[in-house]
Amino acid sequence: MIHVLSAAGGGVAFWPEAISQHAEAIDALAISFFALVMALAAPIGFALIWFAWRYRRFSEADRDQPHHGSSWMEWGWMIVPFLLTLVFFVWSGVLYRDLHRPPADAREVYGVGLQWMWKFEHPGGQREINTLTVPVGEPVRVILTSQDVIHSLYLPQLRIKQDVLPGQTTSLWFEADTPGIYDLWCAEFCGVSHSRMKGELVVLSEADYEAWLDKFDEGPALAETGARLYRDLGCSGCHGVEAAVRAPDLAQLYRRPVPLKSGETVIADERYLTDSILMPQSQIVAGYEPVMPSFEGVVDESELVALVAFIKSMASLEDMRTQEPAVDGLLDAGPPEREDDQ
Amino acid sequence: MTDIPLAPERSKNFWTAKETVKSWFLTTDHKRIAILYAATLFVFFFIGSAGAAVIRLEMITPGADVVSAEGYNRAFTLHGIIMVWFFLVPLIPTTFGNFLLPLMLGAKDLAFPRMNMASWYIFIFSGLLALTAIWLGGLETGWTFYTPFSAVYADGWVTLSIFAVFVSGFSSILSGINFIVTTHTLRAPGMTWFRMPLFVWSLYATSLVMILATPVLAITLLLIIAERAFGIGVFDPSIGGDPLLFQHLFWFYSHPAVYIMILPAFGVISELVTAGARNRIFGYKFIAFSSLAIAVLGFLVWGHHMFTSGQSMYAGIVFSFLSFLVAVPSAVKAYNWAATLYKGRITLNTPFLYAVGFVGLFVFGGLTGVILAALAVDVHVHDTYFVTAHFHYIMVGAAVTAFLGAVHFWWPKITGKLFNETLGRAAAVLLWIGFNLTFFPQFILGYLGMPRRYNAYDPEFQIWHVLSSAGTPILALGYLLPVFYLGWSWFKGRDAGPNPWRAQGLEWTTSSPPPKHNFLGPVKVTREAYDYPKQDPYKGPLPRTAAQEAEDDRREGKSAEDRR
Amino acid sequence: MKEAADPSGLDPYEDGETRLKAQRMGMWLFLATEAMIFAGLFLSLFVIRTLHPEGAAEASSHLKPMVGAGNTAILIIASTLVALSSVAAKDGDERRFITWAGFAGAALLGALFLAIKIGVEYRAEFHEGFIPGAGPAFPIQADGAQLFFNLYFAATALHAVHVLIGVLVLAGAALGVWRRWLKLPDNAPEIEFCGLYWHLVDIIWIFLFPVLYLVG
Repeated sequence: MIHVLSAAGGGVAFWPEAISQHAEAIDALAISFFALVMALAAPIGFALIWFAWRYRRFSEADRDQPHHGSSWMEWGWMIVPFLLTLVFFVWSGVLYRDLHRPPADAREVYGVGLQWMWKFEHPGGQREINTLTVPVGEPVRVILTSQDVIHSLYLPQLRIKQDVLPGQTTSLWFEADTPGIYDLWCAEFCGVSHSRMKGELVVLSEADYEAWLDKFDEGPALAETGARLYRDLGCSGCHGVEAAVRAPDLAQLYRRPVPLKSGETVIADERYLTDSILMPQSQIVAGYEPVMPSFEGVVDESELVALVAFIKSMASLEDMRTQEPAVDGLLDAGPPEREDDQ
Repeated sequence: MTDIPLAPERSKNFWTAKETVKSWFLTTDHKRIAILYAATLFVFFFIGSAGAAVIRLEMITPGADVVSAEGYNRAFTLHGIIMVWFFLVPLIPTTFGNFLLPLMLGAKDLAFPRMNMASWYIFIFSGLLALTAIWLGGLETGWTFYTPFSAVYADGWVTLSIFAVFVSGFSSILSGINFIVTTHTLRAPGMTWFRMPLFVWSLYATSLVMILATPVLAITLLLIIAERAFGIGVFDPSIGGDPLLFQHLFWFYSHPAVYIMILPAFGVISELVTAGARNRIFGYKFIAFSSLAIAVLGFLVWGHHMFTSGQSMYAGIVFSFLSFLVAVPSAVKAYNWAATLYKGRITLNTPFLYAVGFVGLFVFGGLTGVILAALAVDVHVHDTYFVTAHFHYIMVGAAVTAFLGAVHFWWPKITGKLFNETLGRAAAVLLWIGFNLTFFPQFILGYLGMPRRYNAYDPEFQIWHVLSSAGTPILALGYLLPVFYLGWSWFKGRDAGPNPWRAQGLEWTTSSPPPKHNFLGPVKVTREAYDYPKQDPYKGPLPRTAAQEAEDDRREGKSAEDRR
Repeated sequence: MKEAADPSGLDPYEDGETRLKAQRMGMWLFLATEAMIFAGLFLSLFVIRTLHPEGAAEASSHLKPMVGAGNTAILIIASTLVALSSVAAKDGDERRFITWAGFAGAALLGALFLAIKIGVEYRAEFHEGFIPGAGPAFPIQADGAQLFFNLYFAATALHAVHVLIGVLVLAGAALGVWRRWLKLPDNAPEIEFCGLYWHLVDIIWIFLFPVLYLVG
């Protein structure tokens, strides 16, 4: 249907391409929801036109026993349309939940938004500017942060976007199913060159993607860069096993629950790791002293990304698989402090 | 029109009671203050429209060729700030709310006439501040002032503009307090709560939103000013602040602000539909309470502006559900208006055409709003032209159409003159066509993914932008045409008499224009609202005016006390 | 707002009772808007405290709770005086002295509050380097501590502005009663409204004090 629409336009864009199952689901949802609301609105339009004609000033229509209200009609047109729309509330809610539950084995890419460009960094150390290269048919999770103001990563052919916040980590995931070059835009107004903060989403076949990854073999892997920073910044001096200062062990930390001094428990996701590097005093692990200095301003966004990648690399993939339940609650629960300002 | 009583001598109506400039600038008469507000808003509308014109001109081509990127950002920021805070929010409450509330309740004036005057002066002061900021070069934050962009990164006259908006809030708060107290304490004898015109109910609900939401905006804006001035950092992540907190606080006001714009429009339409259909409103209480329900629920849905912001998934689901819920009382109104026409006696006069046009635009805008409230769909169309189109359907298509309908309906009451009905109908139709041509293509643009606030775009979008821009001259004509024929009627129009529409409602029982203190005799209400007689209005006797009744009473030797 | 005979002809009311009801309602609505202004501040404080519990506690420990408690006591005493005066005003001219003396006393106490707040607390804090927007020079490094301090300054400064307005209002009312510009008991409602405003200023402080000074 979608292709028919755009073909009929003969070059005029009627409908955006959809390159994932999610995108197709959104289109189906939007079209059927639109059909429903039009069906609900139709009686109003018909009534306006029909009554305006039937009861025009000079018509001899029967005007006896007029109605000035009817409880069953009122409750009827309140409840029935509401229940019908609730179907779509549930449908869109389920899709929204899926957007917040990336598969555990999703390939990860780190993205940083800044005025006015996108930087992406792959776990293998491959860096891109304003281009995001991903393999087809594989879930990809993009972990995002901003260096300055709020941006929003928008991938219209995938029907997804996610705001990119300074000082916080957000993420989105997708699984593109058609190779090609697609749009990548900033959707949140971010200053003079907002409309030029765009790039390309390049979806490659498996083979092309492997070839593309290999082109970059000069650069060190992201986690390796992180490991070097971990040494250079002196993290290992406290977090290491034989360290003089007692600090939490970071091996196997990623995606594990962490008991906090405040009595709460958080999952050690990227957001937690970033926060703990930049604002170490805000979430103190139970049983430890708040002695860690903040690395705000010491590390820049790409170094931060490397550090987080290194800490994650210390948790083996096997362990992540056994942590399924924790993974499930990963992003939708979020760190507890985010809930409180609602 | 022979049996229409003569208007009291010219010297007695509120325009001519005193004709010095000073008497206008020191007036406490709610009708004159309404006129002052209307004149002020007229100026702001043209300034805001200039911003819109720059936007639509720039959007005709994909490149940035009319203005620079900076110029474009300043244009849409000007358009947003002026139109939202200096035109749409005060639009109906300060003009028709001020003018009609005492007339509809049978009162001499609003509860606090001097406070009413003060609110206009505050508004003028804040408006001048905003214009100064624009004159000095403007700003480019967008009307939403998102942090940390507005607080740390943006250049231009941000602080001054924010301060202007902050000050304008107090004008809103004073009007809100005045309307609520007036409704409670100044209803004429016999005017029970459920005999009040629905416009009064909607104005009451609006006022509640004004006094409870505006202060939160005030403190939020103060915190941004403090951030720019002292680096206080509440919204600045670099010292541990939270930019999302700003969005929560901002939308806690700015979502209800939409209801400040649309609720009084609902009230206007209830008046126009009943007068056009000459029928009792269908489901009076449901419409009255739906206004209050919208006002209350409107406070609980702000988070639907933040589905992609990074707020928690569960918050998103709750806000989505509440947003679906707020559609219910809005739909109630539309269904009831349609049902009101059943067994009516309908004349397709100008105000009625505006009302029907309103229902169309409002229903379409509202339903696209429900689609936006669907979480996963919003993730796609959030911050695109789909959202722009949706809120223009509600805030401009619906609210401004209702305002123009009100202008035509009460024009004979305000000026005492009849306008050219043919031109009136033409303007109503032009406005509707122009509006849809301008904004419908933006829904398609939005679903295609065209982001908001882009001064340059991909060529595949161009056809829709051209269509949208092509609608604007028609839209502009729809707005400008009434200026001419209404202006003409002011000087040359036929006298309207007290009740040219043969409408019900206390405001139609006094002379047109009303005298300084609204009613010459005492006012008493004995009938339900919209109690239209069944016969053809232009054949039967007219409803008696208060002036007539007072005259009769004098003749019969009854005093005002007896009548109570 | 109210003249018995309303010589200006502005007043839409015909009987004094309804007029008074309207004025009282207007006053309460106004107080509600004031409360909402501070509600936004309290929400921000709450969020900052939940985001950075340690930093907030650390920052709060640098405030002077004893001075704050003293200031709280001053405001409560002032409020008591205002309440007594408002009652006395209704009794008419023979209790005129209590009315204006009570208001004048409350105004002086309000001024004392401001003197302590600014002359003692702010001054000491500035000396210690707690300056709004100090940036990296801020003495406490804990996350959120500076933010908490900034909000402390914002909230107490906004409250101080309200105290200042309250002092002027009370002093004006006291002067009016003393010089018989305001007649008793005819103008008792105006006296009462001035008092209501003062009570609001007081109540906001009673909430601000524990939220700012007694953290952790």
